[in-house]
Amino acid sequence: MRHKLLQQRFGLMWLGYLVAIFAWYASVKWLPISSFQRLPDPLTVVIEWFNPDPDYGLSVFTVDYYLHIWYSTARATTSFLLAVMLGVPLGIMMGWRARVHEYASALLSILRPIPPLAWVPVAILIFPGSEPAVIFVTFLVAFFATTMNTLLGVRSIDSDYFRAAECLGAKPADILRDIIIPGALPSIFTGLQIAMGAAWFSLVAGEMIAAQYGLGFMILESYNLVQYPTIVIMMVTLGIVGYLSSAIIRVVGNRLMRWREQSLGLAGA
Amino acid sequence: MTDAAQILKTTADSGLGHLSVQHVHKVYDPHGVHVEALQDCSLEIPSGDFIAVVGPSGCGKSTLLNILAGFDNLTGGRVLLDDEPLATVDHAPRPGPDRVVVFQNGALFPWKTVLQNVVYGLLVQKRMPESEANDLGMELLAKTGGLDRIANSFPGQLSSGMQRRVEILRALINNPRILLLDEPFRAMDTVSKTTMHRHLLDIYDQYHKTVFFITHDLDEAIFLADTVVVMTTRPGTIKLRLDVDLPRPRTRETITSHRFLELKQQAVSAVHEEAKKAFERGERELA
Repeated sequence: MRHKLLQQRFGLMWLGYLVAIFAWYASVKWLPISSFQRLPDPLTVVIEWFNPDPDYGLSVFTVDYYLHIWYSTARATTSFLLAVMLGVPLGIMMGWRARVHEYASALLSILRPIPPLAWVPVAILIFPGSEPAVIFVTFLVAFFATTMNTLLGVRSIDSDYFRAAECLGAKPADILRDIIIPGALPSIFTGLQIAMGAAWFSLVAGEMIAAQYGLGFMILESYNLVQYPTIVIMMVTLGIVGYLSSAIIRVVGNRLMRWREQSLGLAGA
Repeated sequence: MTDAAQILKTTADSGLGHLSVQHVHKVYDPHGVHVEALQDCSLEIPSGDFIAVVGPSGCGKSTLLNILAGFDNLTGGRVLLDDEPLATVDHAPRPGPDRVVVFQNGALFPWKTVLQNVVYGLLVQKRMPESEANDLGMELLAKTGGLDRIANSFPGQLSSGMQRRVEILRALINNPRILLLDEPFRAMDTVSKTTMHRHLLDIYDQYHKTVFFITHDLDEAIFLADTVVVMTTRPGTIKLRLDVDLPRPRTRETITSHRFLELKQQAVSAVHEEAKKAFERGERELA
């Protein structure tokens, strides 16, 4: 039964891809708008992507391709980890201690709406070299998403859990470990997924402006060098890498929150 | 000594759990809206007694429980526990394992298994090593209608009645001087409620803890308690104290017995009077 259902879902997934690829092909080949014809068609892209001797220098058989992925992934991961290390504790303290919230929330609510791109000039000015600047800009958005979701997560914990724990003799350290962290975990992981998405988003923007390697850099560079198939290859690669990174977070989250699956009757799903 | 029953009987046998509420006042927001929740509330609860507090919504019965638990302070009078001051105007107690609350909507930690919930108090208080606590928890669960079979389930997998039983055990295992039950069966249907009464009385007959039980259901109060106290609507004070001399163990026949109806008759007009007042004021529960 479930097997069949999965098969059906799998089939629909491929159907979705096929429709998208066909629409792409059709718009390049048959659309009577000449500018659309600058876009390489799917076949050209796939051939270039898997070409042992690529026309524009980048395919799965070249070292550079992986170097770009490596640079972007390393930047995104560094920013993400920094954001988690600073954002989760800050969010927890803001949700738990009213005083920390007073201090931090005014500042955060002004800084948060500033788009990551607006930080780029300042980042380039204050950091030595472009690498820390790109990481800083990427870190910022991920940090805000992590902090806010952690804060919301702590706030959403039923106050009876705190009271019950105190009745049973829990001290603040116990409450942090046994109530706040597990209680906020679902929301924290939602925040981490948003943070990862936001990290990739601003990373690519940052790389386009200040970097010599990376997927974002290569997309703009290929545009400048009129290597259009490479643009598409890099975009699809970005999609895959981004998907994998949030899938990892989801898997880790489900691991840590077995109790939710079990309680919802989804054990083993 | 690892016998659960043995350990849990110690406070009852030693005569601990005697609660004395003396002229307690509680005013919320004294310099602003000035809401009087409790007014000159006095109550003696002997050790090991099961007391049920009945009153309309907003009569301050939850406020009283919160003061006993240490969630709220009082603004007049005092509370003694075993002849020592527990709460005074200058001193609100911290919540602690000698006065454990069972909550209206249930507060089992959903991320911990039944056994982890039950032994939580013992572990955070560092009363015993984990293995010993687990043994004791399993023993207590097994003694309570074979609940040890669900020891590794998560609360979300259990019915609300089952959750309540586990929560009562989680409180009981700490060997508290008083159990504070805040309308624990409020959201249940009649059949589940009856079953839960049976389970609660089994536990009470076995361990004889002082129980402070809040409800707005008079039948429930008379069926369970040694003493039923009717509170007035706000400002809450004690309107009626009824000694329930129905023999224990109480059974299904108790509810239809002549004495039960007699007692109910004595209390029912007091309850209705206050309920009507509260209804006409159209107030919602304070805390």
